[in-house]
Amino acid sequence: MDFLRPDTLAEALALKAQRPDAVPIAGGTDVMVELNFDHRRPAALLDLTRIAELRSWDADGDNGDTVRIGACVPYTRIIEELGERLPGLAMASRTVGSPQIRNRGTVGGNLGAASPAGDTHPVLLAADATVEAASTRGTRLIPATDFYLGVKRNALEPDELITAVHVPATRAPQQFSKVGTRNAMVIAVCSFAVALHPAQNRVGAAVGSAAPTPRRASAAEEFLSAELTSTNQWESPKPLLDSVKRRFGDLVAEAASPIDDVRGSAAYRKHALSVLARRTLGWAWQDYSGKVA
Amino acid sequence: MRVNVTVNGEPRQADDVWEGESLLFLLRERLGLPGSKNACEQGECGSCTVYLDNTPVCSCLVAAGQVQDREVRTVEGLADGDRLDPVQEAFVEAGAVQCGFCTPGLVVAAHDLLDRVPQPSDPEIREALAGNLCRCTGYEKILDAVRLAATRKAAPRGSGAQESGSR
Repeated sequence: MDFLRPDTLAEALALKAQRPDAVPIAGGTDVMVELNFDHRRPAALLDLTRIAELRSWDADGDNGDTVRIGACVPYTRIIEELGERLPGLAMASRTVGSPQIRNRGTVGGNLGAASPAGDTHPVLLAADATVEAASTRGTRLIPATDFYLGVKRNALEPDELITAVHVPATRAPQQFSKVGTRNAMVIAVCSFAVALHPAQNRVGAAVGSAAPTPRRASAAEEFLSAELTSTNQWESPKPLLDSVKRRFGDLVAEAASPIDDVRGSAAYRKHALSVLARRTLGWAWQDYSGKVA
Repeated sequence: MRVNVTVNGEPRQADDVWEGESLLFLLRERLGLPGSKNACEQGECGSCTVYLDNTPVCSCLVAAGQVQDREVRTVEGLADGDRLDPVQEAFVEAGAVQCGFCTPGLVVAAHDLLDRVPQPSDPEIREALAGNLCRCTGYEKILDAVRLAATRKAAPRGSGAQESGSR
């Protein structure tokens, strides 16, 4: 095995082009588990932790309205530094692993592993995030919606590295919730994120750990967006009808295609998702109503 | 490969390091520092917790090659010679140690907490130690130890407030 230690992004991209079989490693919280248990023996490890440009975030876009988070920024920094601008992502980051894991783990790694249970995926989907991928051929932006292709499979080409994720900054409410047996160190049994987009009269919603990939609950998004818009509630929000919350929860559950496994049954996951959807929507809407009033 | 790293303030060098091995293996098997314990090897138990550039991490999840030119502080580096760190002292006095396997990781995690938050609330202590598993004592004595260490650090020995058992 080779251990490749680039100091710059340009070097890293050149190495990845020469060695597409090299496995990128940042926080190591996924890759090292596979190595420790001999589940994987890559030809090379490509250490990204020495590359300064991957360890910073900045607000880009015309009005600083999008936050570009370098692939190697750990969860702890997202929680501490971006909680106000990216409430949903910070919330999901707080639920990752333990303090030690959050000190090392990164959104870039979550995207690279593309586990259906990754905690940040539902938020990235609901918040319209974009994944920045680079190679010696250039840089491209992949909408999160198009990024997840299958269980632990993503849209990266073999010579590409994830360099950043772009997440629209917002003051509008976002919520994330997940089900697990305890607060720390839990792989989600199922998870859910909702993001209100009042400027577009739209709601984003996505499920995790309940299908081969994280995925948007499109029918639920469309139902709720239409309902809120047709009743003029973006301008003058009222308490949501139970029937609306219930329908939203049902549509979220329908978006999932979970399996039975050691963490929970498919039927349980669907039920839990409908509960998470109703609950998180209730929180987000209460928050929104308070802000508009 | 060769790895050069500063451990507990001293420059160290290890040769013939396998590219896929962890910092934990490097510390225990190559640098003679068995304080950090090897239990789960997947970041679940926290018994291998060390500081990497002043940040607590699971050393089993850091590739040895990633610590080249960096600074590691292990549980062995907390005491000042024969004088235990207040956190270590408090673990002894509060009876927060039974089999002792989880203790090094808990001591490092608690040490970091008290550096950042000198007077933590109980929820803050629980949250900070959420990544460290103990299978013997239950956690009450451990919480007692962290509270005791916080009190000690606020009113160090010599101020006459308390007598310590670690002479």
